[in-house]
Amino acid sequence: MRVILALTVLILGSTGGEIAITHGMKATGEPVRLRPLELLRFLGRAVRNGWFWAGVPLMALSFYSLLVLLSWEPISLVIPASALSYVVGTLGAKYILGEQVSAARWAGVVLVCAGVALVAAG
Amino acid sequence: MASERRLRIKTLIMVLAMVVCANAGDLMLKRGMSQIGAVQLTSAGLAQAFRLTVTNGTIWMGILFLTGFMLSYMTVLSWADYSYVMPAGAFGYALLTFLAVIFLHESVSPRRWVGVVLICAGVMLVGQTKPRTTALASEAVA
Repeated sequence: MRVILALTVLILGSTGGEIAITHGMKATGEPVRLRPLELLRFLGRAVRNGWFWAGVPLMALSFYSLLVLLSWEPISLVIPASALSYVVGTLGAKYILGEQVSAARWAGVVLVCAGVALVAAG
Repeated sequence: MASERRLRIKTLIMVLAMVVCANAGDLMLKRGMSQIGAVQLTSAGLAQAFRLTVTNGTIWMGILFLTGFMLSYMTVLSWADYSYVMPAGAFGYALLTFLAVIFLHESVSPRRWVGVVLICAGVMLVGQTKPRTTALASEAVA
C-alpha cells in the first residue's frame, strides 16, 4: 500500500512538475537564436515565470519519493514501474496542455513505456 | 514547409543534446561516487561524504552535464510538445545499452534487447508526428 502511494507521488510529482515547466516555457517563448547571450536572456525570462517555480518543488518531491522507494524495493521493480509516467505524462499533455496526441504518437508512447520497463528490468 | 523542416531539425538537435548530457552526467556521478565509496548513514559519515563530493572534480563534471540536460530540456520545451519530447528522450535508454555493449563489453539479456527494439520503434513513431501542435504564444495573443 505504502509502495503504491509513494509510486503515485513519484509519477504525479514528476509529470506534474514537467507539465508546469512546459507551460512556463511556452509562456516564455522560444529564444530567437541559439547563441550564448540570447540563451542567457531566455533563461532569465524563464526563471521569472511562476510556473517554472511551481514545477521545481513537484520534481523535488518526486525525487524524494524515488529515494524512499529505492530504500524499500529493488531498483528492478521501481524503475520499470515508474515507466508508467510516459503514459500519465501524455494524458497530462493532452488534457492539461491541450496538445494533439495522434494515434501514431499514442502508439509510440505505449511502445516506449513497455520498452523502458523491459530495459530497466534487465 | 521550410519552417516545419527547421523545427524538426532544431528539435532533433536539442533532444540529442538532452540525451547525451543526461547519460554523460549520470555516468560521471556514478564514477565520482564510486571514487568516494559507500556512504555511512551517520551524521559524521554524511558530513564526510558531503566534503568529499563537493571537492570531487568528476562529481562537478556530472553536475555540469546534468545542468546542460536541464537547460536543453527547458529550451526544447519552449517550442516543442511535451508529449513529443518526453517519449523521444527515452532513446537515451537504448543508447546506453549500445554504449554498454560496445565500450564495456557487457552482456545484455534478450529481454533487454526486446526493450531496446520497442523503444527505438516507439521513438521513430513519435518522431514522425508534428513536433508542435499548440499555437505559438505570439499567435495566441493575436
